[in-house]
Amino acid sequence: MTSIWNKIEQYGNPTRFMEWSWPVMLAFASMALVLLSAGLFQAFFVAPEDYQQGHTVKIMFVHVPAAWLAMMGYGVVAFSSFGLLVFRHPLADVAAKSAVPIGAAFTFLALVTGSLWGKPMWGTYWVWDARLTSVLVLFFMYLGLMALRSSIEDEHLAARLTAILSIIGIGILPFIKISVEGLSIPWLGVELPSWNTLHQPSSVMRMDGPTIHPTILWPLLICAAGFTCAFFAMHLKAMRNEILRRRLKALMQAQVQQARRDERMALATGDAGSRRASR
Amino acid sequence: MLDLGKHAIFIWSSYAVVAVVISGLALWLVAEGVRLRRRLGELDEQGVRRRSRRD
Repeated sequence: MTSIWNKIEQYGNPTRFMEWSWPVMLAFASMALVLLSAGLFQAFFVAPEDYQQGHTVKIMFVHVPAAWLAMMGYGVVAFSSFGLLVFRHPLADVAAKSAVPIGAAFTFLALVTGSLWGKPMWGTYWVWDARLTSVLVLFFMYLGLMALRSSIEDEHLAARLTAILSIIGIGILPFIKISVEGLSIPWLGVELPSWNTLHQPSSVMRMDGPTIHPTILWPLLICAAGFTCAFFAMHLKAMRNEILRRRLKALMQAQVQQARRDERMALATGDAGSRRASR
Repeated sequence: MLDLGKHAIFIWSSYAVVAVVISGLALWLVAEGVRLRRRLGELDEQGVRRRSRRD
């Protein structure tokens, strides 16, 4: 256990992170390109039309991964925030801050592609039901985290407050899940009904297995894997940028302090020189 | 061009939005990294370095 912790400490050091994250980021980016190319080829040229949705099912190959990554992104933010508050790990805040805009982007894509699917299938771009509204709330929570952080000048305080807010907000994730299917835990006596919604229940992550035909399921899973690799590649890149930004800020502050010290020294030596000259 | 039926506009619009957002995000991250490295390089030339990199 101690050795695992030591490894995390060792690889979590920002300097070490900058060394190992570059090849890992390139690997994720390459896998994303390969998987997305393969997945989208299958989606457009191999997967058949759905018997109900027709060609519109092709939107699912981007909508479903975006929705999954919207939730996973928030999980990354909350998990990293926990790491900051409990373990004060140097990279935890960097990871949390960097995941927010990427998670927000995927949430935006889930909302937009869902609306574009909804119009031909449901006859409307939007309904204020529990699933759609809770995902919209998730998007606003991402925006709220960005707004809160940018509104506080003290970076340490901003990091702690956004970490607390993101951990409080994690409750939205199970709500999104149960907003369509409800919740039934018989041995705990918990029975929550599902809300009245247009959104269909899960077709992939089900206790009784996926209900999608393999010709559509496989391209969907490959696209999901590709988008997940893209998420991690961009997250690592954003983390590297954040470390560079913090280094730049520290150096600029050191430069200003050095300039002030030099100015004081020049004034002090100038005063001493003028006093000697006046004697 | 693929024939995606009467709802093709919704399908192509979905993929266009995804392409714009993902590639925009990736390009912004790469450009930001280049900008930060260039700025750090300028400071380095002025002799402003991290303690671990001082001569």
